[in-house]
Amino acid sequence: MPSSSARKAMAERADKELFENVASPFCGTLPDDLTVERTDKGLKVVNNACGQSVAGFERKLPPSSPQVAGKVVDLATAVKHAAKLVGKAKLPLYGGLATDVEGMRAVLALAERSGGVVDHALSEVQYRNFKIVQSTGWIMSTLTEVRNRADFIIIAGSDIHKLHPRFFERIVSPPDSMFDVTAPKRIVVFIGKGLDRSGAKGSRIGEVITLACDNEQAGDVVALLRARLRGFDVKPPKSCGVKLAEINALGELCRNAKYGVVVWAPPSLNFPFADLAVEQFTGLVKDLNQATRFAGLALGGAEAAVTASAVCTWISGYPLRVSYASGAPDYDPYCHSIARMLKEGEGDLLLWIASIGPTLVPPATKLPTIVLGTPGLELTAIPDVFIPVGTPGVDHAGRLVRVDNVVSLPLKDLGRAELPIAADVVASIESAL
Amino acid sequence: MLIKLTGGRIYDPTNKVSGEVRDIYVEDGKIVAPKPNARADATYDVKGRVVMAGAIDPHTHIGGGKMTIARMLLPEDHRGDPVTRTELTRAGSGRSVPSTHVTGYRYAEMGYTACFEPAMLPANARQAHMEMGDTPMVDKGAFVMLGSDDYFLRQLAAKNDFKAIKDYVAWTMHAAQAIAVKVVNPGGISAFKFNQRALNLDEEHVYYHVTPRQIIQALARAIEELGVTHPLHIHGCNLGVPGNIESTLATVRASEGLRMHMTHTQFLSYGTEGDRHFSSGAARLTELVNKTPNVSIDVGQVLFGQTCTASGDSMRQYAIGKSANPKKPVIMDIECDAGCGVVPMRYRDKSFVNAMQWVIGLETFLLFDDPWRIFLTTDHPNGAPFFFYPHLIRLLMDKGFRDDMLQKINPDAQAQSELLKTLTREYTLDEIAILTRAGPAKSLGLQNLGHLGVGARGDITVYRDDPDREAMFATPEYVFKNGELVVKDGKVVKVVQGATHVVRPDYDKGIEKPLNDYFDRYLTVRMDNFKLPDEEIIRGDNGAIIVQPTGARAA
Repeated sequence: MPSSSARKAMAERADKELFENVASPFCGTLPDDLTVERTDKGLKVVNNACGQSVAGFERKLPPSSPQVAGKVVDLATAVKHAAKLVGKAKLPLYGGLATDVEGMRAVLALAERSGGVVDHALSEVQYRNFKIVQSTGWIMSTLTEVRNRADFIIIAGSDIHKLHPRFFERIVSPPDSMFDVTAPKRIVVFIGKGLDRSGAKGSRIGEVITLACDNEQAGDVVALLRARLRGFDVKPPKSCGVKLAEINALGELCRNAKYGVVVWAPPSLNFPFADLAVEQFTGLVKDLNQATRFAGLALGGAEAAVTASAVCTWISGYPLRVSYASGAPDYDPYCHSIARMLKEGEGDLLLWIASIGPTLVPPATKLPTIVLGTPGLELTAIPDVFIPVGTPGVDHAGRLVRVDNVVSLPLKDLGRAELPIAADVVASIESAL
Repeated sequence: MLIKLTGGRIYDPTNKVSGEVRDIYVEDGKIVAPKPNARADATYDVKGRVVMAGAIDPHTHIGGGKMTIARMLLPEDHRGDPVTRTELTRAGSGRSVPSTHVTGYRYAEMGYTACFEPAMLPANARQAHMEMGDTPMVDKGAFVMLGSDDYFLRQLAAKNDFKAIKDYVAWTMHAAQAIAVKVVNPGGISAFKFNQRALNLDEEHVYYHVTPRQIIQALARAIEELGVTHPLHIHGCNLGVPGNIESTLATVRASEGLRMHMTHTQFLSYGTEGDRHFSSGAARLTELVNKTPNVSIDVGQVLFGQTCTASGDSMRQYAIGKSANPKKPVIMDIECDAGCGVVPMRYRDKSFVNAMQWVIGLETFLLFDDPWRIFLTTDHPNGAPFFFYPHLIRLLMDKGFRDDMLQKINPDAQAQSELLKTLTREYTLDEIAILTRAGPAKSLGLQNLGHLGVGARGDITVYRDDPDREAMFATPEYVFKNGELVVKDGKVVKVVQGATHVVRPDYDKGIEKPLNDYFDRYLTVRMDNFKLPDEEIIRGDNGAIIVQPTGARAA
């Protein structure tokens, strides 16, 4: 484990520094073309900014110190106290997990050692996808592929522009793309009501079509579309808000697409059994691939959720919701949901990591709690131990896996604040056991 | 630190030592000339034991995104094989796509000390190396995939100066930290994105109007002229398609004297004879390759049971997806760079096709003359998980056992196995040592690995000479890594971190200008972030990098 000093720039920092090709840890798509300037006033995103990156990079950190039961202590004391709690716990819960690859490696080592449960704060959202891939497989694409190749894009029940303010600019309407066979004007279809369509503009956007159903019905509309494409005589119910003619027309467009992409973001599919909507989206892709090319693109992945599941998968064999209580990984995507366990009063310690955004707070719990958090984390209760940690890609270097599960990116140390690194803190808790 | 292994029978084909009884001395991690009078810090009496260099797997999918997709896809694969944490070793899961740490432990426990990931997409190189960084015990390295990436296809289609192609190939090897280059379904992964469903050796890519033959020849020539030791590693056209033996033979002929390695040929040696129009092409393939000294192969043997196939060949994996078991294939188009397909597979001895695949692999091993040009692989996990290697070795070394197994397979496949029944060859320990150590080390250009001569690394495996070769190779008595005892009686006793082997062929840094423009214009990653610096492997993954030598670059 590299020590924090090894991963920090050793030299005295200049008063002012300009960083190019900065990747943003604040968005699951990890845009890495930002230019960020550091001055004595803090960080400023000077190029390729969006609301999210400005909020993330330019947030002013309040002063913060390690605390035990609300009292300021030094880091060593806080670590020692945390180790004591972990050592006592029979079933510690390692949640939150908004941290980088190194942080996840350290968490998994500690969870193994202490017989704990590992789950990310946004697992419930990711499991809308995992349940489907684990039961039916899928056909997917990645950001660069879609940017260059897609001629037809369906946004399914998801407010993509709100979640990823630069998605349309970077992926749907780039100034140019690689293949002259790709239609210069792309057709964009929104399935859902009240989705922010303002991103669907620019020289690359052709027709914009909206099928105005409730977002919860996006899966049903796609199911109808699949049935129509197979020639079944089905009609949308009146309550649906979409007419048969609209579905038929969409079917025609799908058939004529050369490389169609169905885009969804699990965080937007915030309704019961949303995995079944995902199943329809991936099923549509599967059906259409028999004759033409189609692919899915699942977005979201904020708070390093994709990194957490990737690292957990290669180290344990399972995508989160793993318990090491027996010493070996035991996977149960229902039982080992930390949100469920806390609600049901299971576990006897919560260690929560929220090193990226200030809103990723732990659920209310009576359990003893250790929080490794970014300064300014909007905690609603005083944890037994609080240790402020740096944000990867802002306060220290690190690596994250991008939302499309293929690309991972290096994150720079922009020198915002001198804060301990979550991976180092977790490793020191482990060594103090 | 001096250790001494006394009285073992040494099988070291590189140094032409065949079963001679010799003492081996290892000092500070390296094999040294005998020092009979020096006081050894540890002496291991290995009298009567078979001593070989640590085994090297030159083609095993151990790291990278598609393996983690496979792991995520198949919790049922792991559930039956949980691995508990010990004071020494990490927890994890086993079976066909094991977790990273378990992969390292189990390879070492089988006497392997180096493993090479053969299909690292440039876009996924960082993750592949991170996963290999979490794979302890063994040295590792990766082959970077080219040939369906749009930058190369644009170069080839534009008939660019060949020097620029070479510069790009070398640049990619640096950027991705690779030791070799692999091409998978040449051009076909890209063609599939344009909805082509097959691409034969001389068929044109619908957009770039280049053919697999041109792609293979350009890359093979680039590798050769860059001085890279391992030849172009080729996963050919039409994988899994009955009748693909024709394009495979044509690919071998297309080498035209250039060095090539044809990988997992079992999947590419299918004829169309017999009632079911599926037959073995092994005899034809081996006949041709036996007399083509510039071409080497590995087999990709199929062995029966549940596994998961994982390949960059999205075109063929999509087609094979209909045979998925369980039925949940994952197919991806990736980054204008490559693709992947992860298809769970259950090979059944009672299935005619699976049984024929088993027969074809064995025929290939048994008909191939030159052990230096054939490597022992199952294409883990595609033909079978790597822990089947001892079983495969027994099939090769024990005709009686092979015949017994042949009795159990699908009767129609047995009826089509007259040739296999007549093959009386039994591999010798010398030959096994070549297929699993000396040959791969030579082919990959691993200095000081794969042999036991003075100056070699102290990677040594000691087996009990058990007539049951499966039992013998499954549980070595001792495994040494860099002269340290790491496995005893088939169990890890010390955990070590292996190094990452790479090559660094020369290139003109001027290539970064057009590349940078290309990245900025089309890609969603900046060129500077795409490149994987040494520091990430060394500091980020607690690893070490060994740069293997390359020959002089030709022009």
